[in-house]
Amino acid sequence: MGVLSLIIKREFISKVRNKSFIIMTFVSPLLFVAFAVLVGYLSSLRSDMKHIGIHDESGLFFSEFKSNDLFNYTDVSLIDEKILKDSVSLKAYEGILFIPKFDNLKEYENGIQYISDESPSLQFVSDLEKTMGNKLTRINLTNSGIDTLKIDEAKADISVNLVKASGEETVKGLNEIKIAIGALFGYLIMMFIIIYGNMVMRSVIEEKTNRIIEIIISSVKPIYLMMGKIIGTTLAGILQFSIWAIVGGILMLIANTVFGLNTSSPSMDMVSEMNPDLISTIQLYLKEIAMLPIGSLIFFFLIYFIGGYFLYSSLYAAIGAAVDNETDTQQFLFPVIAPLMLAVYIGFFTVMNEPHGTVATIFSMIPFTSPIVMLMRIPFGVPIEQIIISVILLFATFIGIVWFAAKIYRVGILMHGKKPTWKELLKWIKY
Amino acid sequence: MKNILEVQNVVKKYGEKVALNNVSLNIPQGSIFGLLGPNGAGKTSLIRIINQITFPDSGQILLDGEKLSQHHIKHIGYMPEERGLYKSMKVGEQALYLAQLKGLSKAEAEKQLKYWFDKLEISDWWNKKIQELSKGMAQKIQFVVTVLHQPKLLIFDEPFSGFDPVNANIIKDEILELKKKGSTIIFSTHRMESVEELCDEIALIHKSNKLIDGKVVDVKKQFRTNTYQVGILSNEPENFKSILANQFDFQETNFKSLNNELQLNINLGNKSSNDLMQILIQNGEITHFTENIPSINDIFIETVSPK
Repeated sequence: MGVLSLIIKREFISKVRNKSFIIMTFVSPLLFVAFAVLVGYLSSLRSDMKHIGIHDESGLFFSEFKSNDLFNYTDVSLIDEKILKDSVSLKAYEGILFIPKFDNLKEYENGIQYISDESPSLQFVSDLEKTMGNKLTRINLTNSGIDTLKIDEAKADISVNLVKASGEETVKGLNEIKIAIGALFGYLIMMFIIIYGNMVMRSVIEEKTNRIIEIIISSVKPIYLMMGKIIGTTLAGILQFSIWAIVGGILMLIANTVFGLNTSSPSMDMVSEMNPDLISTIQLYLKEIAMLPIGSLIFFFLIYFIGGYFLYSSLYAAIGAAVDNETDTQQFLFPVIAPLMLAVYIGFFTVMNEPHGTVATIFSMIPFTSPIVMLMRIPFGVPIEQIIISVILLFATFIGIVWFAAKIYRVGILMHGKKPTWKELLKWIKY
Repeated sequence: MKNILEVQNVVKKYGEKVALNNVSLNIPQGSIFGLLGPNGAGKTSLIRIINQITFPDSGQILLDGEKLSQHHIKHIGYMPEERGLYKSMKVGEQALYLAQLKGLSKAEAEKQLKYWFDKLEISDWWNKKIQELSKGMAQKIQFVVTVLHQPKLLIFDEPFSGFDPVNANIIKDEILELKKKGSTIIFSTHRMESVEELCDEIALIHKSNKLIDGKVVDVKKQFRTNTYQVGILSNEPENFKSILANQFDFQETNFKSLNNELQLNINLGNKSSNDLMQILIQNGEITHFTENIPSINDIFIETVSPK
């Protein structure tokens, strides 16, 4: 095992010392935070107040519109229609709401116009419709002799409490938290595989084109070199990820205090302004998150991370060994990336809707997609036997793939010149 | 003499292609063994099998009488034809790393490196990166990492390619010194003059088969043509040639000489050199008389050219 640790050490040091690695490590969190600050800044900019003129010939509706930060409603019922239209063109008003006078209340339902140069947002239109619709309903009710106050009193809001069979209470919306946690883990695995798998591949190609490979494998078995390379690169990757998390966190904190920008979710003073109901809901959420099996989540994250990452990075190593330069890797990379992408899509679309549906269950068993799909399912509670089958399949495939990759690797690293075909790769296994 | 390496009936196939067809070789301890053959003959395949980079389909290899296994790696030093080192790694670190992979402790590796770097006067390269060195300089580093762990068996594939004549000589002297210290050296090359100069034994591999092997002297004896190169000053050369033609086959030839003599290649046939001598003495003054000894180059070309 002495040689393995030597190789791991060299790979780690050579990665970490690499200039582009150092730059990436420290520039990425800077960029990330800069983007976050920019987005926070942009979203904190108040949009300009919009002036809306209301030409209400009926006199029924204007009082229903309350001006606020975003919209200022002006009564322009006395101004001529033609002048108002010109004023829209002249940008004096964002738009004019024309409410004619009808004798039959029914006619209001289709008789109201909104005139503007720029098409209004859907939200705005639906707000207009709701405001006037409510008013009209009330008028209709009053006209039918129904006491609207009584109706208001009689209105009831029901909120169903979700309870698990085991008796724990849960909160609506917790599913979003679960999917977010699962998605975060799944996404981390995918990013890690793509970034550091590629790094492994490039490093194999480098040794091959350098021709040092023949000297190394006259001293150590190719599989040690391959595994050492993968592990060394992984350690460098974990270091880089940790630095990203720490530096990114610190920078975020600095950005928050210096710019005072709302770069993250609701700030504390907003929470204190919220009504006590909301606070208790948030507390319930936090309690729920605390009740999620964090320990087992992290445990399974590590299991699937190791299985999935090694599975894929040995494939990357095999590809690196099979080709002479990076441009030749494309045709071999596609089949490797495809299942990863598939897993992420299934995770985000299928698991979110139906965490225990057939599709989600099947793909959480297939070793090439299980690290991502299963991790997304686990926060929803997966039967232990499914996890066991999935982990066994993953590690059995992992061993098979490492064996296969090592074969390709052993032959490939000594092959120079022409780009091999898939058929030739399969033949190499028999060498 | 004891054999350090015995290759026994080794067969290696790559798919349908046979790279080594039942090759057997014995390499005596302390010798310099020339492994010869045209490109693609199977030399590199054999060398890779000896280094356990690949494995034979059948047959076996004994090192020091033991079947080749993982622990023998530290007894073998290998310098491949395609030289290569990590370009962006410092010379010293790289040499240390490669030495440790061969099983040396760090302290031992440092000691050996210091010895060799001093000896080859390259100590000030320690902190340079390979990419800052010239090709010849990198070759020297390569040589050092090959011999550093004092292996019993050294395998050099084209050791002199890429060296200027001065450095090639330095490396040649180092190889001879290693031999003196007891190492056995396998030497794969196309440069026949260095084979003549250095090798005690040779084997010639052609199209996956071993065609010739043995001591250089024995191989040459096997290929001797029984022809002598003769120079003679004769008063009547035409008359002499007709007398000679009665008993011997000969052709006219050319070699460097200060005289304006008749220059001939004469085949002894079933007669002895003394018989030839007698005829020569009777017909003129002998200025030159040597056996045509086949060079390794001649043997190589004769063996591998299509007949």
